[in-house]
Parts: sequence; C-alpha cells; structure tokens
Amino acid sequence: MTFRVALLVIAVSAFQAASAQGATMTLAESITAGSAFSIQSTGSGNAVLYIVGLGQVVRRDVRLGEAVNFPAGTLYNAGRYLIVLATANGSESRAFNVVPAGQPVALSFLAKPSRLPVRLHDGITGAVYVFDPYQNLITQPTPVLFEISTGSGTAQTRKVLTRDGAAWTAMDSTAREGAARFVAQLDGVSSTRVIQQVPGDPCGLKMTARQVGPKLVLETDPVRDCSGNIVFDGTIVTFTETYNGGESTVDVPLKRGVARVEMPAYSDARISVASGVVMGNEIRWRGR
Amino acid sequence: MKSGRLLAAIIVVATVSLIAMGTVWPNDTALAFAGGETLLPASDSPEAAVTDLAHQIGRRAWSKAYSSLANRAEFSESDFVRDLAGSYPSLRTYATLDNFDVRPLHASGNEAQVQLRLHWSTVVGTFVETRDLRVVKEGDRWQPYWPLVKEPRVPPQVIPVNYLRWDVIYRGAGDDWGAQDVESPHVRIVDMHPVERAEGVVILGELLNEDVVPAYVSVKATLLAKNGSAITTEDAFDKISHLLLPKQVTPFLITFPNATLSGVANIRMDPLATLVSASADPVVEIQNQKLNPAPDASLTGQLTNQSGQVVSIAHVLGTFYDKNGQLVWVADQYIDRALLPQNPVAFNIHIPGDLARKISTERAVVATYNEGAFQ
Repeated sequence: MTFRVALLVIAVSAFQAASAQGATMTLAESITAGSAFSIQSTGSGNAVLYIVGLGQVVRRDVRLGEAVNFPAGTLYNAGRYLIVLATANGSESRAFNVVPAGQPVALSFLAKPSRLPVRLHDGITGAVYVFDPYQNLITQPTPVLFEISTGSGTAQTRKVLTRDGAAWTAMDSTAREGAARFVAQLDGVSSTRVIQQVPGDPCGLKMTARQVGPKLVLETDPVRDCSGNIVFDGTIVTFTETYNGGESTVDVPLKRGVARVEMPAYSDARISVASGVVMGNEIRWRGR
Repeated sequence: MKSGRLLAAIIVVATVSLIAMGTVWPNDTALAFAGGETLLPASDSPEAAVTDLAHQIGRRAWSKAYSSLANRAEFSESDFVRDLAGSYPSLRTYATLDNFDVRPLHASGNEAQVQLRLHWSTVVGTFVETRDLRVVKEGDRWQPYWPLVKEPRVPPQVIPVNYLRWDVIYRGAGDDWGAQDVESPHVRIVDMHPVERAEGVVILGELLNEDVVPAYVSVKATLLAKNGSAITTEDAFDKISHLLLPKQVTPFLITFPNATLSGVANIRMDPLATLVSASADPVVEIQNQKLNPAPDASLTGQLTNQSGQVVSIAHVLGTFYDKNGQLVWVADQYIDRALLPQNPVAFNIHIPGDLARKISTERAVVATYNEGAFQ
C-alpha cells in the first residue's frame, strides 16, 4: 500500500514538473507608466507572479493558462522591471520597461539668478525638467519655449529641445530695471519665475556744493546707471573732503535717488564723491 | 620613612602658615577684587588714596568711591557713575576693570598730581582710560579730586528718520525644490595683499558689496602648500565691517599666527555674504581725520552721528595705502562711549611704527552696533 502511494506521488510530481516546464509568459516589451496591462501565461496549475521594480513590488497568485490583468496605476515609476513566475517546480523570469507617459503635465523650472543688473549678456539662465503625471522624467525630445518679458512689453524667446529630459538656455537681462517674467512652457504646461532686474553701477556721478553758514551742503544729482535707471535708494555714496592736511568722510545712503550731506566748510578744500568703485566729480571749494 | 613624615609635616605647617598670612595680611588687589575691604591705610599718601579709589571703581562700589573724593560738591554721585559707566548703553557699560596703574606726577607738601591709568576689559579687547588727579591733604588724610568728564545729554525730542530699511522673506520649507529663493548678495574682493609680519602672515584686503541689497559679510582665507594641501584657515573675525550696505567697501585683515610666507604657494580667498535685514540708518561722519607721524603713529579723528538714534558701539576701521595706492595696513578701534546725535567723539587708531613711514593716504569706515541688534 505504501509502495502504491509513493508511486502515485512520483507520477503526479513528474506530471507537474512537465507542466511547469511548459509555463511561459507573454507581455509587451514596454508599457506606459500608469497604464493598464495584462500578462498571459501558458501551462496549467497554480503559480505566483512577482513584479519587481524601482521602489515597487507586486505579488499575485495566478492560474497558469489564464491572463492576469493589472488595472491602470499599478506600475507608475518608469524604469526596468523584472517579472518572475514561480511554480512548484521552478520559475521563469523576464525583464520589461515601464516608460514615462508621453504627455508632460509638470515642469521643474530652475531660473537663476533671481536678481541681477540690467544689460547683462547671458546673465539669466533657465533649466527645465519635464515630467509626466507620475513625476517620471520624460526623456523623449520635447520642445520647450523660454520667454522673458517685462512690463514694457520687451520679450526675448528661445525654443529649445529637451535632451535626456532637460532643456536649458541663457538670456540677456534687459536695459530697463524692474521685474521680468521668465516663462518656460510646452504643450499647455508652463512655469513662471520672476527675475528682478536692478540698476547697474552709478554712471556719471555728479555732486554740487553750496555753503549754508559754517557748513557745506553737498548733494548729488539724481544718481543713475549707464542705462538711465535711477539707482536704488540705500546705495552708499561716499563724500570725502580734504583740507589742510585733514580729511573728513561720510558714507551716505541714497534717498529718493540723491545723496545729501552737510560737512564743515573749509577754504581751499577738495571734495570728491564715489560709490563703490565708481568715482564722481571733484570740487575745489574756495570759500564763499 | 622618617624623612617622608618630616617632609609631610613641614608642608602642612607651611601651608597653614601661608593661609594664615594670606588671611591676616591679604594682597591688596586680590582683596579688593574679592569684594573685601583693603587693609592698607587708604589715605596716608597721594598714591594710596588714588589706589583705594581705583579699587572701589574696580568693585563698582560707586558710593564708596564717590565718598572718598574731595570735590564731591562739584557733581553728584550719578554724574560720577555716568562718567565711568556711560550715560547710554555702550562698550563702557559692560566693561570690567582688569587692572590699573598709579603714577605720581609731582608732589608738594599738601598737594600732589597723580596719574591713574584704568585698563578696562571688554569682549572686543581692552581699552585704557587715563585721568590725572589732583590729590590734596585734608588733616592727616589725602583725598583725590576727580576730573569729571561730563558726558553730553541729548535733550528730549522727536527726530523723524526715513532712511530705507530692508526686510527679507526666504522661501518656505514646503516649496518645490525648483522654486526660487532670494538671491544671496554679490560681493567681490577688490584688493588683496599678503604680508609677513613678526606675528605671522597677515592678509589685507578690501571687500565691495556690488549688489543692491545689504549683506552680512565675512572673509575666510586658506594658505595652500605647493602640493595644493591646506596649511591653515583663518577668517577676519572682527577686523572687518560685517554689515555692508549696497556699494559699500570694507577693509579686512586676517592673521595667521606663527605662519611664514616661504611655505605658502597659494592663498584661497572665500568671501561669504548672506542677505540680512538692515537699515540705512545711522549715518556717521568721520571728521578731521589726520595721519600722525611716528613715534606713536596714529590715525586720529572724530565720529559724528548724523542720525537720530544713539549708537551703542562704534567700530572704526582704517585702511592705509602707500603713495602708489597699494594697501599697506588695516587697523581698528572700538569707541567705548555711545555716539549721541551730533556729538563728536574722538578716536585714535594706532599704526605700527615700521609701517608709518610707508603710509601716504588712508580711508576710514565705521561700523555701528546697537544694543541687541545689528544696525
């Protein structure tokens, strides 16, 4: 009796082994991230299907010979996946790709700097990374339009094709100070950054002097950069008065575009004005 | 064994004797600073009277110090305290008396002239205050006359100030990684010059804030060997004006103690700048700057606060150039008294004697600090 049971077990095992050896899988070489898909197997009996990928593992009990359906959203991280069909007698594995969805829905837009002087050639750089709905980088070449515009309507545009999921460009700052809109867009998706264009170094710094009592009132003309923009308030203007072997200096911030200070009035004094490394005019004060 | 016991006994006896001597006849200075009374007769000589006064000042025992003065009728105790500790919060307010010197200038039968040099200690170094005291003999006691320096008072008033102020809002923690943040200020080293001095290698330079926003700045330097490895790194610490408004220039000085230039192949400079909230106020005029020749070469002048607020601490930095405009030295001085609006305060920056002859021109800048905040 025992001998008969043993013989039956060996026969069933041999049959299962023969069946499992014949189990195969059919699926596409690649599937789109987030889409529904199915895997068809051959053979008979029970098996376990494993899908292993980047940060994701799926396990399913399957019946060989039937199609296994996976609903949309099951696999959403793009990359290389391994599928393993494990039966009682062995396993079969295959690799396949999950590719990003073709439709871009998001951009990561890095724009630098957020503040720069006017008239700077290639001073503004923008880099765009294009993503699908599941935040997969879309590596298919995609045209991206970069545009910089100011309140006055001046615009610069560049069209750049993405390479390996990224596109970048360098653009000039305009001649007028103020906020500029830096936009990257493709297929109805856009991202905007604001670039503050600020006046450059003072240009043609000029001051005048007049005596009021024992004091000398020194005042600059409205301080502008070489493009005619009014230099920002708070910018330091240094007045230096040299007289009889002595010297007086004072750092004055611009207020409403001009710097004004009172200094002692010395006869034959030499007065100069500067801002940063930019020198202005010089006055020789000979008294009233 | 016997000699060991004897030695132990001698040590114990000597220790007990020394403790007893220290208790009965304590060191005068130690006693004073420990808060006890001096056992020396306070007024048997002009020097002793001034020494006793200095001890009381060191202990901040203002009442006792004031009561020892001969000219109390000329000013109140609060005037005396304001003279020494300042009327407004300043470096002097937080200073402690480190030590003092008493030097007799001349003496006659009942009157003497004594110089008192008070060495005050602060977090940014020491400063010395010199007072010449007249000391007179009243009966059998000598009493000093305090030469009061009356600090000016600002009359109550409202001074409108409308200088620019910058405030900063940084990006939030929840923002996307690609989202913009406020740009750090752009600063540039416009001059740099290493020199070898007795104290080591010194790097002198000037830093410009070329941006339109205020910057908190610092400069770090690394000495590199021929194989490119770092020998040592130092920063400017307080030999720099840390707050730079747009287009403002500060000198800096970095010292590498015990280093020599012979082993240095290269120097890496790292100017650091951070965007900070700041105010364009106060404006301080540096008047009557004069280069005084050696010996005791110095840059002297006066600071005048042209704004409405009281400046607690002013830090003057002098940049010195030779006749070709080459940077020669950077030196500084902290002002121990508060800068009151429109009240000039003198400064005196020491210049090393060996460099004084090379110096042809100078440029001074002033950094200001107010109690509890950068200004």
